[in-house]
Amino acid sequence: MKFSEHWLRSLVDPALDTAGLCDALTMAGLEVEDVAAAAPPFSGVVVGRIESVEKHPDADRLRVCTVDVGSPERLTIVCGAPNAAAGLLVPCALDGAQLPGDMTIRRTKMRGVESQGMLCSARELGLSEDASGLLELPRGLAPGRDLRQALALDDALITIKLTPNRPDCLSMAGIAREVAAITGAAAALPSIEPVTIDSDATRNVRVEDEDACPRFASRVIEGIDAGAPTPAWMKERIERSGIRSISAVVDITNYVMLELGQPLHAYDARLLDGDVVVRFAREGETLTLLNGQTLALEPDLLLVCDSAKPLGLAGIMGGEHSGIAGDTTTVFLEGAFWNPAVIQGKMRRLGFASDAGYRFERGVDFALGPAGVERATQLIVDICGGRAGPLSDLTGPLPPRKPVLLRSTRVARLLGIALAPDAIADVFRRLALPFTRQGDDFVVTPPSYRFDIAIEEDLVEEVARIHGYDAIPTAPGRHLQRMLPAPESVRSVGQLRRHLAALDWQEVITFSFVASGVEAALDPQGKPLAVLNPIAAQLDVMRTTLLPGLIEVLQTNVKRRLPRIRIFEAGRVFARADFAQPTRIGGLAFGPADPEQWAAQLRHVDFFDVKGDLEALAAPLSLTTRSMPRPWLHPGRSAEVLIDRKAAGWLGELHPRLVRHFELPSAPIVFELDAAALATLPLPVGHAVSRFPVVRRDMAIIINENIAVQDILDALNQMKPASVETLRVFDVYRGAELPAGRKSVAILVLMRDTQRTLTDEDSETVVAKLLSTVQDRFGATLR
Amino acid sequence: MQQDALNAIVDAALAEFAACTDPASLENAKAGYLGKAGALTTRLKALGQLPPAERATAGAGINAAKAKLESALAARREALAEAKLAAQLAADALDVSLQGRGRGNGGLHPLTRTLERIESLFRSLGFDVADGPEIEDDFHNFTALNTPENHPARSMHDTFYVDGGMVLRTHTSPIQVRWMETHAPPIRIIAPGRVYRVDSDATHSPMFHQVEGLWIADDVSFADLKSVFSEFLRNFFERDDVKLRFRPSFFPFTEPSAEIDMRFGDGGWLEIAGCGQVHPNVLRMVNIDPERWQGFAFGMGPDRLAMLRYGVDDLRLFYENDLRFLRQFA
Repeated sequence: MKFSEHWLRSLVDPALDTAGLCDALTMAGLEVEDVAAAAPPFSGVVVGRIESVEKHPDADRLRVCTVDVGSPERLTIVCGAPNAAAGLLVPCALDGAQLPGDMTIRRTKMRGVESQGMLCSARELGLSEDASGLLELPRGLAPGRDLRQALALDDALITIKLTPNRPDCLSMAGIAREVAAITGAAAALPSIEPVTIDSDATRNVRVEDEDACPRFASRVIEGIDAGAPTPAWMKERIERSGIRSISAVVDITNYVMLELGQPLHAYDARLLDGDVVVRFAREGETLTLLNGQTLALEPDLLLVCDSAKPLGLAGIMGGEHSGIAGDTTTVFLEGAFWNPAVIQGKMRRLGFASDAGYRFERGVDFALGPAGVERATQLIVDICGGRAGPLSDLTGPLPPRKPVLLRSTRVARLLGIALAPDAIADVFRRLALPFTRQGDDFVVTPPSYRFDIAIEEDLVEEVARIHGYDAIPTAPGRHLQRMLPAPESVRSVGQLRRHLAALDWQEVITFSFVASGVEAALDPQGKPLAVLNPIAAQLDVMRTTLLPGLIEVLQTNVKRRLPRIRIFEAGRVFARADFAQPTRIGGLAFGPADPEQWAAQLRHVDFFDVKGDLEALAAPLSLTTRSMPRPWLHPGRSAEVLIDRKAAGWLGELHPRLVRHFELPSAPIVFELDAAALATLPLPVGHAVSRFPVVRRDMAIIINENIAVQDILDALNQMKPASVETLRVFDVYRGAELPAGRKSVAILVLMRDTQRTLTDEDSETVVAKLLSTVQDRFGATLR
Repeated sequence: MQQDALNAIVDAALAEFAACTDPASLENAKAGYLGKAGALTTRLKALGQLPPAERATAGAGINAAKAKLESALAARREALAEAKLAAQLAADALDVSLQGRGRGNGGLHPLTRTLERIESLFRSLGFDVADGPEIEDDFHNFTALNTPENHPARSMHDTFYVDGGMVLRTHTSPIQVRWMETHAPPIRIIAPGRVYRVDSDATHSPMFHQVEGLWIADDVSFADLKSVFSEFLRNFFERDDVKLRFRPSFFPFTEPSAEIDMRFGDGGWLEIAGCGQVHPNVLRMVNIDPERWQGFAFGMGPDRLAMLRYGVDDLRLFYENDLRFLRQFA
């Protein structure tokens, strides 16, 4: 809601400057979003009346004007504006005037003729962008009058951001009422007198659904001059409220909406056929609105119709065919109350908004319809002439105003301050809320314009608001009553993040919505969940893995010439099935394994670099991998990750096809793990350790290339005697001296007994057992 | 006469020992004086030929000379060993100024850092940390928060919709509903997370973060809300000149409602949170009796807190993920 400070002060004038007024509004919940001057600073500009216009003797485009600026001497001003004409009132900058843009006006000779000032366009004064000609001022202004005064330019345009619960402040009267309550200044709201009835013209109105339209006030006004100009004062007020001036009757309906809060609609009575009927739309009906849009009407849309056709969408927008035209002589004026429930959601569905609909869906004062019609009638008769017919006011079941109980004790409990009942009563008096007192408690009847007072807490808020949120003390801290649980066997995502950071991975945060094209490139079979109203075409699906975001971050940073990139993200991914949205930890490593340095060989990061980090991350849980292709990974370097033997994610090198697709200089290693799989840790149990010496034996075996070393280790671990502490691969060798398709694997075996020192014979027996297992199960031979 | 000869031998020996630069030549030199045919050994052997009256004096003189040589010899041996060690150590020396062998260090995203800080401050006040889904149903995102279908307040949030009739949560408030569905009061939680709104410019990102707070007990009041939030901000910024103002506002799920603005000293006010006393309809919806239990909820913007804390003036920097930017927070 945007309005002129002058207009507000004509209704209520607290002893506060503009900043103080704005602060008071903000602190009462009417947040002032913007304060702008009605005009930029300028001085020395007065109203000038052009008395005559002569051709310039030496210039075709210039003319010489004689201008009356209120003093006995006339000024001679050279001017090039096409609309300069005798009799016109225009802004005249005098010698020495300061105009916006640091311009000073001086007497000067223009092609041999002295110009004693300058006639101004709206743009030269910073009033609008219009530079097509001189700004034509309203008739009736006295020449010589300071323009800032004449046009009330020392005004502030205040914009407040109203919350949806306060539709009562969507009018000047409402804001004035609120300012009076918060500052204590007296408000003088416009008095509305019934107009003289000098016509018996009426039009019958039928309301088919009284719940949807509990009130319909209307009147016929005959014999108006629809072409009469809108008075300057009205034009100024509505334009400063951000509404364009259109024609007198339309401007009047808008003015009354801004002034009182009652949206009105004016119909050209010539175009109405029979009774006016309020009803819901019927199947197959259509309506072309004022904005030119043609709607196929659905049966939950409420209409104002005549006997033959829909005239408009009730409370939202009128139809194109029944509006006021320049030659309209008879007006049918509507001031209705529409049930907010009938209006709510319709504009959003239809994809447009209107000032009327905005107010009706939040709630308009249901007592206001007749007053709105009276006020508009008065203005129409004053401005356009005409004869008013009798007022019609059909009412059905108006919204009940249930009294609301407020207990002083409840105020104290919710706000944490004990307010004296008298102080509470004072708040209600200032807000003009009718109440009765029952001891320390109150029964308040909400006025017809307040739709936000229905329960006790609503009144508590009013008390807090008017008393002042600032005046509520800050309670002293309270003692804790319970200690927070700290489960030791839970590993949080936060701990995992920190661990990865310590392992030289940088965390990133990327959008959860990604490009469907990227998802499809990664997994042509994937079916990501679509965002129905994406903010941008390349953010149109929910990610199914963290990979698209990581690749984008890689591309961004490769472009900026970073040679080595190791990034991870912890966040949810989204599946279509049951809207599953598990938290995953995904990473990408690109470029050298280590930063380039004197102490290490420069080499590309590889699968085992990353796997090593993940093993460290998972510990003490075991992390193993087994070959399993994924569409986005190099088929020979693609693994499923198992944590404690359960599938928990994947790890591998990005598929060469995608390396090309994303125009990457080399293939990154990527992974993704389920955070839940890493979340539960065993509580450690401390055993005594053996004091006997360890025995080491190495065994080197030759196996087929296609046998996974992990399978060998699994088999050995399954059958190993209790004395075997550790089995670890310390060498893998492929070479010419081995048969084709075979590899040599060297495994170290550490053995120790808890009761005695192992003999050579003991250890030989163990190794023989281990060897026979791999020989039998994997066809291994001893090297 | 005899003594003069002995002195000459000792002087020659000492000079010869000092000239030796390695253990082998030193042992050779030793043999020339103390060996079987050494100069002193020969003299000792010749004692027997002297008259008995002179023997004792001459013997003592030779023995004294021998002791002198042996001690000089030991000193020289030690000096040579030390010189050898020193040479070895010198050869072993490193350029200790060379950089350590290393992989580099990663780091947390500044928003994570901020969220963790918020979590730890609220944990110290006894707030548990809750989590919830980001694809939400209409009920938890709106209806259970006293925002029925078509409520004008729904237009306060520009909502993303996904296939299948669900929304991307527009705030973290649905987490408080989910928590209250499964936990009885007293309740004290915060719920950080990602939220989504159809909005994008220098101060708005279509995905951003919120931290929800909820404290329900038998008498938690607006004054407690002011206290908790003031305490939090003072500690978050580690500054005493943080000023707050609570400004009346509207949220369907709180009554009374407020916006929280903050500033440092005399700077401009910045909106950082919405809050209020939990609306009785929200409590009833999860079967909590609003006459018995009450409390406050708030929803704050950690992205903006991070901007203020770390002097970042464009929200988009957080989501662009330029590693040179992120590394500043490692």
